[in-house]
Amino acid sequence: MFYREAGDFKTSYTDDSQTFPIKFDRYRYYVVLAVAFGIIPFVINDYWANALLLPFLIYAIAAIGLNILVGYCGQVSLGTGGFMAVGAYACYKLMTSFPDVSMFIHVILAGGITAIVGVLFGLPSLRIKGFYLAVATLAAQFFLVWLFNRVPWFYNYSASGQINAPERDVFGIIITGPNAPAWATYLFCLIFLAVSALIARNLTRGTTGRTWMAIRDMDIAAEIIGVNPLKAKMSAFAVSSFFIGIAGALFFAVYLGAVEVGEVFGIQKSFLVLFMIIIGGLGSIFGSFAGAAFLVLLPVVLKVVGVDVLGWPTDIVAHLQLVIVGALIIMFLILEPHGLAQLWRVAKEKLRLWPFPH
Amino acid sequence: MPDQLIFAMEVFLNGLMAGVLYALVALGFVLIYKASGIFNYAQGVMALFAAMTLVGIMNGQVPFAHLINATFGTHIHKFGWNVPAFVAIILTMGVMVLLAWAVQRFVMRHLVGQEPIILFMATIGLAYFLEGVADLMWGSEIKTLDVGLPQGINLWIDETTFNIFGYGFFIDNLDLVATVIAALLVTALVAFSQYTKQGRAMRAVADDHQAALSVGISLNFIWIMVWSVAGFVALVAGIMWGTKSGVQFSLSLIALKALPVLMLGGFTSIPGAIVGGLIIGVGEKLFEFAIGPLVGGATENWFAYVLALIFLVFRPQGLFGEKIIERV
Repeated sequence: MFYREAGDFKTSYTDDSQTFPIKFDRYRYYVVLAVAFGIIPFVINDYWANALLLPFLIYAIAAIGLNILVGYCGQVSLGTGGFMAVGAYACYKLMTSFPDVSMFIHVILAGGITAIVGVLFGLPSLRIKGFYLAVATLAAQFFLVWLFNRVPWFYNYSASGQINAPERDVFGIIITGPNAPAWATYLFCLIFLAVSALIARNLTRGTTGRTWMAIRDMDIAAEIIGVNPLKAKMSAFAVSSFFIGIAGALFFAVYLGAVEVGEVFGIQKSFLVLFMIIIGGLGSIFGSFAGAAFLVLLPVVLKVVGVDVLGWPTDIVAHLQLVIVGALIIMFLILEPHGLAQLWRVAKEKLRLWPFPH
Repeated sequence: MPDQLIFAMEVFLNGLMAGVLYALVALGFVLIYKASGIFNYAQGVMALFAAMTLVGIMNGQVPFAHLINATFGTHIHKFGWNVPAFVAIILTMGVMVLLAWAVQRFVMRHLVGQEPIILFMATIGLAYFLEGVADLMWGSEIKTLDVGLPQGINLWIDETTFNIFGYGFFIDNLDLVATVIAALLVTALVAFSQYTKQGRAMRAVADDHQAALSVGISLNFIWIMVWSVAGFVALVAGIMWGTKSGVQFSLSLIALKALPVLMLGGFTSIPGAIVGGLIIGVGEKLFEFAIGPLVGGATENWFAYVLALIFLVFRPQGLFGEKIIERV
């Protein structure tokens, strides 16, 4: 009834090629943005920010990054945790070396540094493919975590080997450290997420995204029709690592505040983000959001149901969570290989015809 | 002979032994990959699962005891009997065959014809699932596993080397046993796939599913068989690693260590898995011995992966792998 294209006339090329061509979609998108920017900051409290919203926002950025590499360019990476660590440590070094510079610049620079590291570790993808590459990215994961653990320069020779985010502000509002108000940290992450999603969405719609998808669908054929695999793969690695680096920097500086690299950015994190994009939908920006939301919510819901309602010990709930996540992954791969995003797409198709099925 | 050289020799030998253990895990990967083209990430968790089941059966633990207690408020933990190791191993093998059937029936059958990378991710899901089930069934605390394998320093080697070099080498008996078992296992597997009817059928399936189907080979049966054999290899690896370092979560991480082994040796080659395992084992021990102290130690965490990465850039199919031919 409401969701339809009929009567939505495009009178110019700009209209025709906008991000959300259907009016209803576009308004929905504006409403979501308005709620996220205009309402939530006023009602947010520490619990909601730390338990749900911040992890969701940050994982969504990481998932968008990984989705560009895996979902759009077809290069499977298990090094997400390592690249997030690069972002975190780059941000830490920048924050402590240049205390007066705005956090925005630090986080963006941290993303840039991660992009360079990502390209470096992405170089082998020109020679090796498929899960051979997946295993090669494990080298990045283990090497980077080891590096940050063992070279004292990275953690400023602190005795514990941890890194702690010092208090920094943006335009006079504290956004890192224990005194940061929830709404400020939330808004800071939200801005990054909104801009990342916008960039990712438009990159994947344009020439760059099409070359990525050509490489994904069949790299040799793509090469023959004139796609430069070096440029396509390296740009995918760079853009993907850039977002993942930003996510890592935010995860450390804004969300956790203190990080022990082996615990926080271990191989489990790589798998977590990979699961997000599988469940959410490979090759879909919306899927990255859906997957991140799902896997951030799942442990919280399980904890509420298992521990608070049923009174089970926490370790059983943690094990159950493994079982459920594993089963979900397999179920999604069997039933709906394109994830939650595809379910959403199908729902939209149905809505378009509703209530008249023909 | 200078001391450094003698130490290096000892490190080399210990590296060889560690390599054998890596190769044991890698073998399981190769088997499944050859037969079904599936890269089974869950192999390490299967080893963990097998070892935990073995310990659980031997100690007479009640499966899912924690869950049952939490749900019904009971306090059961053990049946109160101990099962001898030999019987327990056979029972565990039965569980692994059941697992193979379940994997085939509920997962792999529905994913036939999907891209390899989808299958790979499905096995990651399987790994999580199995890990959770194993923890729920038997509890996640660290367990000791003792099936009566000899352990501790081998005195004969210690004495002999002391007489020759004036310094006794430390070689663990368990590692020697592992080497013998690995050799037997490989011989048995090669003989199985070359000389038995089922082994030939397995190779036929690996070669071409449809052609194998058309001459009357049951794909279902072959796949269950392959997963069972991989389960058996996982059990052996689980026993070795479990005896060596206790049955705990880190056991499943050795699967990750087996990946660079496979990449070096080539995914499709059983001798490749062995040679790759030895190279990685020796390489990481010698590297840690020579370079480790200079850069802060614990280089074993990443050396294998970086070695494999560098190696792959020059030879993408691995040492013994089949040449990769690509067509549009």
